[in-house]
Amino acid sequence: MRRSAVLWGAVGVLAVMVAWEAYKFLGPADGFVVGAVAGETGSGFMLLPRTNERSMPHIWDMVGRLFESTSGGSTPPLIVPVVTAALLTLGIAAVGWIIGVAVGALLGLVMQRWRLAEWGLLPWIVVSQTVPLIAFAPIVSSIGTQIDRADGLPWPQWLSVAIIASYLAFFPVAIGVLRGLESPDRIHLDLMKSYAAGYWPTLLRLRIPAAVPHLLPALRLAAASAVVGAVVAEVSIGMRGGIGRMLIQLAGQGSSDPAAPWGPTFGSIALGLVAAGTVALIGLGLKNYRRGEATA
Amino acid sequence: MSAVVTSGVGKVFPTKDGDVVALTEVDLEVAEGEFVSLIGPSGCGKSTLLRLIADLDSASSGTLEVFGKTAHQARVDQDYGIAFQQAGLLPWRTVAGNIALPLELHGVAKAARAARVAELAALVGLTDFVDRYPDQLSGGMQQRVAIARALAEQPRLLLMDEPFGALDEMTREHLQTELARISAESGAAVVFVTHSIPEAVFLSDRVVVMSPRPGRITDIIEVTVDGARGEALRESPQYFERVTAVREALHGVPTERANER
Amino acid sequence: MTAALRYISPVIVGVLILALWVLVVDVLHAAPRALPSPVAVITEFWLRFGIILDDVQVTAANAVIGLLVGALAGILLAALAATARPIDGMLAPLVAALAVVPIVALTPIFNSMFGASSQFGRMAVAAIAAFVPVFVNVLRGLRQTRPVHRDLLRASGATGMQTFRVLTLPTALPYLMTGLRIASSVAVIAALVAEYFGGPADGIGTAIATYAKSGRASLAFAYVAGGIAIGLAFFLVTSLLERLVSRGRPV
Repeated sequence: MRRSAVLWGAVGVLAVMVAWEAYKFLGPADGFVVGAVAGETGSGFMLLPRTNERSMPHIWDMVGRLFESTSGGSTPPLIVPVVTAALLTLGIAAVGWIIGVAVGALLGLVMQRWRLAEWGLLPWIVVSQTVPLIAFAPIVSSIGTQIDRADGLPWPQWLSVAIIASYLAFFPVAIGVLRGLESPDRIHLDLMKSYAAGYWPTLLRLRIPAAVPHLLPALRLAAASAVVGAVVAEVSIGMRGGIGRMLIQLAGQGSSDPAAPWGPTFGSIALGLVAAGTVALIGLGLKNYRRGEATA
Repeated sequence: MSAVVTSGVGKVFPTKDGDVVALTEVDLEVAEGEFVSLIGPSGCGKSTLLRLIADLDSASSGTLEVFGKTAHQARVDQDYGIAFQQAGLLPWRTVAGNIALPLELHGVAKAARAARVAELAALVGLTDFVDRYPDQLSGGMQQRVAIARALAEQPRLLLMDEPFGALDEMTREHLQTELARISAESGAAVVFVTHSIPEAVFLSDRVVVMSPRPGRITDIIEVTVDGARGEALRESPQYFERVTAVREALHGVPTERANER
Repeated sequence: MTAALRYISPVIVGVLILALWVLVVDVLHAAPRALPSPVAVITEFWLRFGIILDDVQVTAANAVIGLLVGALAGILLAALAATARPIDGMLAPLVAALAVVPIVALTPIFNSMFGASSQFGRMAVAAIAAFVPVFVNVLRGLRQTRPVHRDLLRASGATGMQTFRVLTLPTALPYLMTGLRIASSVAVIAALVAEYFGGPADGIGTAIATYAKSGRASLAFAYVAGGIAIGLAFFLVTSLLERLVSRGRPV
């Protein structure tokens, strides 16, 4: 079953690639624009892109560009800085994930334990995700530099990025932990009550194991969110060396080097997949706790 | 000392359509080692009464004593074992893990636990299945695990809420025979909720007939049999006569459909 | 008593947060410059309401179009996947991948494909972001019909179309609503975040980025309030829809 999924996935990716090249070959050279006013360049709304090399490079050009030098001369092939940047961002996202999971799990526990906490905090936790990261990225960053300068605790810039990333990561974990801890059947709760088991034994032996099927997808989502958070935070803080900055940089050079921006784009895609895949591995070791879990 | 003594016990549930009197004026005494069944149509309060004895709910009026203590104290002291209609096994634990659950919770040492689990598994005939998970077992086997678990700490009182309700008739009869044997061997008192007349008569020393609206006891039928309760009993005239007695007592009870309440 | 407490507690928490904010910024003066005073934010919001509204309209329009296109695509493809095994096979890994990659990273590519003055990139990102939850939930919903109901309709001689109309569609509807609710918040955030990665110089996201970088923190936060308002509006509308659809349904 797993093997056929991978096969079908490959077929799907191939289909997308074929569609890309087919459009390039057959599509209108100037794209498809609605509502254009004659004589006014740039008017109207473009629904289908132009098929020239600048707008839509060939797929083999995109891949080939990865192995050409980054900025001419003896600089290493593009793939090297892409991978380096991706790994850096991955590391930062991982730290952000850990922080987010810790905070989210704590919030989930508190909210399950006390109804009042759930009523008071949950709405704010949901609203928190509507606040754009970019608004408080500078705040975290400047607090971070202040702490760093105050000689007490060294606070590197990437740590600020990780904290901001954790802001996106904590949310699915808080919700997942809350739902999971509340998931046991009435009958299991009665059973524990009949054993005169207090809060902690019930938590350890019933609520936490029962929470695993809710926790795993939440952890996966948190990993993906941490990656997005890290990329966005890098851009807003202006951190160098990560994939977020590279995306913006190479996009700026897009007119002279159209295939180059695809490098960090592929890098970010790979980044998201690796992050989610790693977390999914956690689920493998917890198979027994997922028995009786309905397949989505 | 009696296992359970209730005096004037009542239970009222407030609902948005007014109060529901689930139980009223319940006077019942269960002697040590006695097997008592509670039988009656839906809404007669039999499960509610069981939950009151188990301290899973508290009575609105009257007194209830379990081995001379309050129900709450009896629960804290773990004087009873309980089995529900659904086996309620934890899906992530093996059969052995599920049977061991109460032992773990109450700090029994590992070696003693393993020995007791093996003993109980043999008692219910599941020795070959101790490492299986609940989703690999049939309904009857899951229920046997639940019974083994209820017996884990050798309670003096067993509370059972229609434990065989979800099983087919053949498995049911087999498990009834097993339960009769186990309860005789262990000497525990049993309060057993059922809505099957043959089951109540087969297993019990006394059958308590209840009726709904309001939930109350209407009759108590003695079921004394000669000899042990085994397969032979099911075909004896004495058995049929007692079944008829219980049925007639129940017919004095108005049956009421749920949506006419 | 408890019902009132349920609604009062978040309000109390909100007041506490506000009080803490005012304390740190206005009373203790302990906040970094990047954290403005709530009073300053409200003032700026009031004064600049007109231009904030203009940018709100841009971002909201991108989010709405993205939501509609993405939701439509999600419904159509989920319907296809539910009926044809091969399509499900191809889509499942792709959608699983889409769910975990940073979609906003595609914005620069879209901007170079469709022109840097086009809103298309932001709409496309919002659409892709909205597509995933709608697809996943609708597909799940289409598969939730209980065997006993399917048997009933088959025994009654219902045609495929009839079964779809009478059973599959009503069963799937609550799942669609859930998907839309999730998709709406995601679309707003995606449309906003996409603005950091290039494109025209309008929209809430660009404004926040510009003013945050140039140190005008209270104005940046005033725009944030605008962004939150969009998110809340979307959430309320879709939650209302969800509630309307699930009225009278057993859980």
